[in-house]
Amino acid sequence: MADLEELYREIILDHYRSPRNRGELESPPAHRVEGFNPLCGDEVVLSMVVENGTLSDVKIAGSGCSISQSSASLMSSAVKGKTVAEVHQLIHTFKGMMSIHEAMLGQDGEVVDEEPEPIDFDKLGELAALQGVVKFPVRIKCATLSWNALAQGLEEVAAEAS
Amino acid sequence: MTPVAPLNVEALRKDFPLLTRTVHDRPIVYLDSASSALQPRVVIDAMARYYETTHANVHRGVYATAEESTHLYEHARIVVGRFIGAPDPATEIVFAKNTTEALNLVAHTWGRANLKAGDRILLSEMEHHSNIVPWLMLAEEADLEVRYIPVDGDGRLDLTDLEHLLDGVKLVGISAMSNVLGTINPLAAIADAAHKAGAVVVADGAQLVPHAPIDVTTLGADFLAFSGHKMMGPTGIGVLWGRSELLHAMPPFLGGGGMILDVKLDSFRSAPPPARFEAGTPPIAEAVGLTEAVQYLSDIGMDRIREHEFALTGHALARLDEKLGGDCNVFGPPAGPDRGGVMSIAYRDIHAHDLAQVLDQFGVCVRPGHHCAKPLMRKLGVQATARASLSLFSDEHDIEVLIEGLVEAGRLFG
Repeated sequence: MADLEELYREIILDHYRSPRNRGELESPPAHRVEGFNPLCGDEVVLSMVVENGTLSDVKIAGSGCSISQSSASLMSSAVKGKTVAEVHQLIHTFKGMMSIHEAMLGQDGEVVDEEPEPIDFDKLGELAALQGVVKFPVRIKCATLSWNALAQGLEEVAAEAS
Repeated sequence: MTPVAPLNVEALRKDFPLLTRTVHDRPIVYLDSASSALQPRVVIDAMARYYETTHANVHRGVYATAEESTHLYEHARIVVGRFIGAPDPATEIVFAKNTTEALNLVAHTWGRANLKAGDRILLSEMEHHSNIVPWLMLAEEADLEVRYIPVDGDGRLDLTDLEHLLDGVKLVGISAMSNVLGTINPLAAIADAAHKAGAVVVADGAQLVPHAPIDVTTLGADFLAFSGHKMMGPTGIGVLWGRSELLHAMPPFLGGGGMILDVKLDSFRSAPPPARFEAGTPPIAEAVGLTEAVQYLSDIGMDRIREHEFALTGHALARLDEKLGGDCNVFGPPAGPDRGGVMSIAYRDIHAHDLAQVLDQFGVCVRPGHHCAKPLMRKLGVQATARASLSLFSDEHDIEVLIEGLVEAGRLFG
């Protein structure tokens, strides 16, 4: 069961049982974005506030499996208070970690043609706990659900501002 | 049920090559036949033999292998038709891609020709998306009203208001057996009431046909759709049985070769059924495989298969309760004559995907998710369940490994 222990690390189970930044913000002023995984019914609802180029607040609602929900919780802790540029960098790094095997497996999503750039695990902090997911390709979509919603939300906020 | 000779499951298991493999160093425990069944070696061999010795397109060439190929394909109709008691298999058995396509075929052809604005369609809350979405698409197009027979607290259809629900209904679409609850619906009684109200009845037989004896002359339905791969045949072939007079009155489905009598630059005449509904080169090797699968099931005996799965369902439900108690909720009616071998499990508050992930480490194959029945899942108040489904080769050991995996999931998620 070594793979299982690696997938369900204590930090993941902790975020699943006690999710951080749980709830919804009034929208507007907050921006609201939903993510669905139609295959399994996981859903995540993201409320976010961007002020002066900073993601000043973020809340997570929705329901789903331990991977989708803990990833959302870990993400909210990691991105709250960061500048939009830093958040984009983190999304890039996280999705890099998740796409390591995707090209090989021919899965949907980010296809890495060339040698993947090395993952900066220090930068990922607690998020590195989710790296065990890549051994379970079907679950990668669970882990990236909230991150895709966040990227979409940032895009929408930027589009509204311009 | 009348007593039948029990199955020799240990011997039957040897017929399935896939059951010899291991998963994560453990013997595979295949509990996902409701999703797709495994194939006995005879099916795999028959398809290989067909490709190695006979393959040619059907209904075209006059050379020997083309004749043989055509014969094998048309023979499949007869074998499949007899399996479900069809009075006229050569006319009434239409091959499609799967159950979904067969149901869409009815919606596109019978539905478009017979339903007009304001007409009503009656479905049930326990339908698979494939018996909801085609009708919703048609309803949008033709301005129809779609109604639903509700599901009661035990996972059975609540028929108390059936007569009222049938008012103005032209088509009734009902699953013969639920792919989530395992409920075997009283199709004959529903069809009787539907016919009195002047409605045509289409049954989704994807779950029941592979697991119980079926006779379309007493089933009640006017159309019956089912899939080859759920009854130990190959993927890529499904079946629509329809009453001859209905099929004859229906317009074609897809247009192309094989479904016409004549084509001019500005018009065409369609072939009679079943060719009318089978445009293009059909699934020939798949039909050969399906013939073999039907033969395999018939040789064992559908009454014996049903009895085996009935007994094992009762055993499984009792063992799950005994070992896991109130932590484990299996949706659907209690074991009984109206309960098939499909068990949708909720265990503590552990998400179905996490349950299935842990079970995979034990070699146990179950299906997590909404099972393409989202309206039913909403009604049950769950997002997803982990579904274990039985086959003729399932045994008590499989159930013990399932329980072992669930206990481990409970430990892991504390």
